[in-house]
Amino acid sequence: MADFIVSLLTGLSSAAAMFLVASGLSIIFGVTRIVNFAHGSFYMLGAYIGYTLVQAIGSAAVGFWAAVLIAAVAVGAIGVVMEILLLRRIYRAPELFQLIATFGVILVIQDVTLWVWGSEDLVGPQAPGLKGAADILGKPIPEYDLALIAISPLVLVGLWALFKLTRWGTLVRAATQDRQMVAALGVNQRWLFTGVLFLGSALAGLGGAVQIPKGGADLLMDFNILAVAFVVVVVGGMGSVFGAFWAAVLFGILQTFGIQILPNSTLVLMFLVMAVVLIFRPWGLLGMPETLGQAHPGPPEQPLRPALPRVRILGGAATALLLALPVAHLVLPQLVGAFTLVLVIEIMVFVLFAAALHFIMGPGGMVSFGHAAYFGGGAYAAALLVKFADAPFELAFWAAPVGAALLAFLFGWFCVRLSGVYFAMLTLAFAQIAWAFVFQDMPGSVLRTFGIADEFGAPLKITGGDDGLNDIWPSAWAGTRIAYYYIAVGLSVAALWIMRRFLYAPFGYTLRAGRDSPLRAAAIGIDLTRHRWLAFALSGAFTGLAGALFLFSKGSVFPTTLEIARSFDALLMVLLGGVQSLFGPIFGAAALTWLNDLFSVLSYWRFLLGVTIIALVLLLPQGIVGFAGTRLGRRLRLARPEEITA
Amino acid sequence: MRSSKAFLTTTGAVAAIAIAAGVAFGPASAAAETIRIGDINSYTRLPAHTVPYRQGAILAIEEFNRSGGVLGRQLEFISHDDQGKPGEAVKVAERLFARDEVALISGSLFSHVGLALTAYAKKSKRLYIAAEPLADALVWAQGNRYTFRLRPSTYMQAAMLAAEVAKVEKARRWATIAPNYAYGKDAVAAFQKVLTQLRPDVEFVGSQWPALFKIDAGAEVEALKRLEPDAIYNVTFGGDLAKFAREGKLRGLFEGRLMVGLLTGEPEYLDPLKDEAPEGWLVTGYPWYDIETPEHKAFVAAYRQRWDDYPRIGSVVGYNTMLAIKAMLERAGSTDTEKMVDAMEGLSFDAPTGPITFRAIDHQATMGAYVGWTALRDGKGVMVDWKYLDGAGYLPSDDEVRKLRGGQ
Repeated sequence: MADFIVSLLTGLSSAAAMFLVASGLSIIFGVTRIVNFAHGSFYMLGAYIGYTLVQAIGSAAVGFWAAVLIAAVAVGAIGVVMEILLLRRIYRAPELFQLIATFGVILVIQDVTLWVWGSEDLVGPQAPGLKGAADILGKPIPEYDLALIAISPLVLVGLWALFKLTRWGTLVRAATQDRQMVAALGVNQRWLFTGVLFLGSALAGLGGAVQIPKGGADLLMDFNILAVAFVVVVVGGMGSVFGAFWAAVLFGILQTFGIQILPNSTLVLMFLVMAVVLIFRPWGLLGMPETLGQAHPGPPEQPLRPALPRVRILGGAATALLLALPVAHLVLPQLVGAFTLVLVIEIMVFVLFAAALHFIMGPGGMVSFGHAAYFGGGAYAAALLVKFADAPFELAFWAAPVGAALLAFLFGWFCVRLSGVYFAMLTLAFAQIAWAFVFQDMPGSVLRTFGIADEFGAPLKITGGDDGLNDIWPSAWAGTRIAYYYIAVGLSVAALWIMRRFLYAPFGYTLRAGRDSPLRAAAIGIDLTRHRWLAFALSGAFTGLAGALFLFSKGSVFPTTLEIARSFDALLMVLLGGVQSLFGPIFGAAALTWLNDLFSVLSYWRFLLGVTIIALVLLLPQGIVGFAGTRLGRRLRLARPEEITA
Repeated sequence: MRSSKAFLTTTGAVAAIAIAAGVAFGPASAAAETIRIGDINSYTRLPAHTVPYRQGAILAIEEFNRSGGVLGRQLEFISHDDQGKPGEAVKVAERLFARDEVALISGSLFSHVGLALTAYAKKSKRLYIAAEPLADALVWAQGNRYTFRLRPSTYMQAAMLAAEVAKVEKARRWATIAPNYAYGKDAVAAFQKVLTQLRPDVEFVGSQWPALFKIDAGAEVEALKRLEPDAIYNVTFGGDLAKFAREGKLRGLFEGRLMVGLLTGEPEYLDPLKDEAPEGWLVTGYPWYDIETPEHKAFVAAYRQRWDDYPRIGSVVGYNTMLAIKAMLERAGSTDTEKMVDAMEGLSFDAPTGPITFRAIDHQATMGAYVGWTALRDGKGVMVDWKYLDGAGYLPSDDEVRKLRGGQ
């Protein structure tokens, strides 16, 4: 019994930081509809700023708690700066576009933090007055854990009072329910948003600062907390503070007992729970269905039109340049080096990946946060076939699109029933489950429990965990750089063309009908779920093809190909390029891959990349292809004169 | 239709122009005067561990160049970030060989990055000297002619600890805690294997697997207490170790138990803990402050003078890697890859930590590790009663190694 109570309290104390960060994220999303990726960075800044302040003034209890509060306010102020300088300028951009702006902020904060505080992990000092362990039924439990358990209900009550008893809180709740109505009633949205950003960021900062005595500050905190915060918010219900509280408590307790019963479950437990919750309660525990008209705040998208002649000519020229590049390399190696070919192969892989994601994201309106599952899943399908069936390259290669399509078919069945952010988070959950599956080598573990060994008597490994599967190369005829270049370029261009055909066929029109007006589409007898499902599987197949090209160009595959960061890369490419045009993902993927290569040889390259992304976002709020819609673009006849610019 | 024609016409025209331009200029060749060494490491992902490595390597390169270089040529160290991603590392390797014309590549810390470069070295037939990655597969299951590794592997360091704790009579019930990924799994498996060979009476009662850098320390400590072990083998490191050490102390986990920590004594992991560094743990690490050999004292002095900082384990690994490359180039007398590989096999050289040999059988170096007990001195964690164990004594038999390498 004593053990049980100590474990319960331990779980409740780890729920505290989760709740603080998640409630901030939830409030920001609820009102502004911004998926704030920089939220994890605010948490990290809270820890670093708090650490410095605690060192300065935190030797006594008063000073310590003052330092924690000042850190929270300081981070809130940073959130306000981000809102005023950046987000405010792009509220009218297409949905989710603000996401890449916040991603740029992440990169900048990472390098600034490294520059200011150095690379070594900072271990936080213990809280004055709470350094020891309390005795609970004869078992020791750290006093600070008890303080943490008290903090979250306090904050919860404070937020409840703020929302229920003040006019500002009433406006925030109104905006969460129906933003357009609040605007119509003459409420100044700007200051409402600024205030919400302050509150949400300060809560993240508070979460980072209060956990100093439990750990400290390190440079990996931002991404580590981000996924957790999103899971808590979604399980609780986007925009619901009480939901976030109960979800954090649920996960805190589940984690503590889960670790005792299944020590191996640490990676996947949260995502499994999220998947189950979303399948049975598509809007989280305490969330509400998204009201119509909130998902697309911007003007309606232009219908797809055939490309203009000038655009076709430019496309042809680009294709020709691609095809001629190896020849130029052979005759002019000092101008077109071998590495140029390597870089173009990589760019084409990501162009295909981004275009496949755009296939469902743009015309389908389904934003996937977990598309790396099909990129890496396809690569693993091919690699496993090579490793365990000795399949030749020519056969194994095609296992990638087929395997990825099957995986997308399976996951898609659950996902396509949801929409908006809940769809995105369910895809993320499945991607994490797939990632944990290969990362922990689940099939291998099953075989090992039966004592099945390999030919050398060592325990059998299937996916090889994070050591991956190595030494997988194309056949001799395809193995030279130039041959592989033509394979990569040829297949990517062909796949792009096929996807384009799909989108200009009735299938594509149906998808767009379902995106723009699900009710009307259903009313004329379209089975939307089936169309969305099929599109998801097709997108998976093309993503798997990109995975195969990646695998055979690198010679090995690791769980990193399925991780969240890889999914986000693709998402960024699509958004940066411009989600409303079929050319968007092509430009986005090429630009990001090229910029990454250009900058990564420099120190503090993340800062440069972050600033470049932010600049692009501010200059071209419709994405890179939005250039065509500018006055210059029209004069160059890249867009029709009559099209409306948003 | 008309626009399709436009597409095809332009395609043809541009291709023709590009080819013609190429023919007109023709190829040329450039000769490199300096010997270039390509360095790949996770400088943005784990700077606390990789930047000391780079500083050690640069120190060595500068020393070589001041004393006239190698083979009469100056050395150049070209360093790039792999972002902690294997795919990125392979791309960086291609860039280093194709654009920077390096003679060989070295570096990396993460095991998966090291393994990706191992596969690349085999395919491209270029030399790769893995400095820090610990994965056993790097020289065994995935080992190949073109890959060598300097740092003592997971297996070697775990075997050293197992051999030491086998002498502790009362430690029978063992529990383990390790990060939930390949390094953690390998480290636990190797420790279990060697310890049960030496002490058939020990029992492993349970393992905890926190996610890397996401440990829920309080919960893990409670779970370990429930197992009621006599001794605990810890593989967590970095921020996880800090949280584990603090919770374990507060919750009374370490009282009356033998604690063993892999890599826990390395300055990278021990120093951030300051006065909360665990006391009385048996660990592998790097007590740079107490190593009294003249070679090592000279290294520490030079390092402090150059960087105004003290060396970490990464620093000495970086320094030793460059020493190995210098010795290899002198033995090979050329930067031809095949000659360099031949020179690497069986290469012996003296390093600040003692003599090192690259074994011909599996390309693993015999660089050893320091094993000792943690203690607090002047408010920070140090290793005491330590000894240097040569790596050669903690490797499996030659027959077993041949089997592991699968006849390569």
